[in-house]
Amino acid sequence: MPEKLSPKQNFLKGIVKENPVFVMLLGMCPTLGVTTSAFNGLGMGLATLFVLLMSNIVVSLIKSQVPAKVRIPAFIVIIAAFVTVAEMVLEAYIPFLYEQLGIFIPLIVVNCLILGRAEAFASKNNLAVSIVDALGMGAGFVIALTALGATRELLGNGSLFEFRLVPEDASTLILFILPPGAFIALAYLAILFNKLTRKLT
Amino acid sequence: MRKKESTLVNMVVVLFVITLVAGLTLGFVNDLTLAPKARARLAKKVNALQSVLPPFDNDPVAGFMRIKADTGRDSIELYPAFRDGVFIGGAATGSSQKGYSGPVRLLVGFHPDGRINNIEVLEQKETPGLGTKMKGDQFLRQFRGKNPSAFDLRAQKDGGQVDALAGATISTRAFAEAAREACDAFAENKDTLSEPNN
Repeated sequence: MPEKLSPKQNFLKGIVKENPVFVMLLGMCPTLGVTTSAFNGLGMGLATLFVLLMSNIVVSLIKSQVPAKVRIPAFIVIIAAFVTVAEMVLEAYIPFLYEQLGIFIPLIVVNCLILGRAEAFASKNNLAVSIVDALGMGAGFVIALTALGATRELLGNGSLFEFRLVPEDASTLILFILPPGAFIALAYLAILFNKLTRKLT
Repeated sequence: MRKKESTLVNMVVVLFVITLVAGLTLGFVNDLTLAPKARARLAKKVNALQSVLPPFDNDPVAGFMRIKADTGRDSIELYPAFRDGVFIGGAATGSSQKGYSGPVRLLVGFHPDGRINNIEVLEQKETPGLGTKMKGDQFLRQFRGKNPSAFDLRAQKDGGQVDALAGATISTRAFAEAAREACDAFAENKDTLSEPNN
């Protein structure tokens, strides 16, 4: 195993040093697709956090039982099961969010962040460390998506978490709600993030 | 870490066990969420009906009827509304395939004389900030209280009376087409709809 990390370092690496969105650029499909508002970004982030946490737990528990050659299909089945659970629960209890996120909920299965953590971390580490890793990475993802969603909603719609800051018919920078705006906002946020964290470390 | 040897038997067994457990879990969660999911869908429908119809005290979903649309691919749903046993209006869905990037579906509520009470957008994939303003009050309020027999439900550019959302009127045309479909359906089926306990 590589150098030992303290639990705190392990948790923080997911948020700062190895932030999945701003540093590793993983999981770009939901990152660009659903972050048209802060609420959508937060919802998507939390759904992903749930799947990441559960799959890391299960993968870490069964890692010594899974033959190496079939580990990827085994992990994918586990991840897909938790994604479907999340989808059913969202549809039943938070139908509003379910509608907003649409096709991006089933697509959590192919979020490479989740399989990446299962393969690169949970399958090599024990349960406690894997849980901390999932929480850190998940928190990093939630923060990144919420920040991106908030930026796009603020610039493109003039509101934040549905709270309107400008009148309904005011002209806003619609570009930021549209797909190209996702790329622009992500790029500038990534620059900003890396500038700030480089100074810190 | 010690890697487990991959033999045919243990690969088959491990994958079998994992898919079995996953399948059983999903079946269990599906059973648990079946009722809440149906409730959520019904609540959404009732909410939409409440916002387009005058105050009613019956269950419009129970008196619901479905007719085939001549133009659209979707069938049209009609809901009657009663208050103290008197027919006070009805709602009809209308859809158009001419939206900018997907179908536009509306729920239009009517008074018994055919005047529009209110319109709710059920589904749209228009451009955010342009076409999506069809959900806004500023656009919708021009329809309230209008009778489709006197109010030409076409965009002004096409010789009608509907104030457009944006210059290209693509979303407005789709909206107007969907609204016309709902109005025609309500006008044709008003008599069947107004019979109590149909």
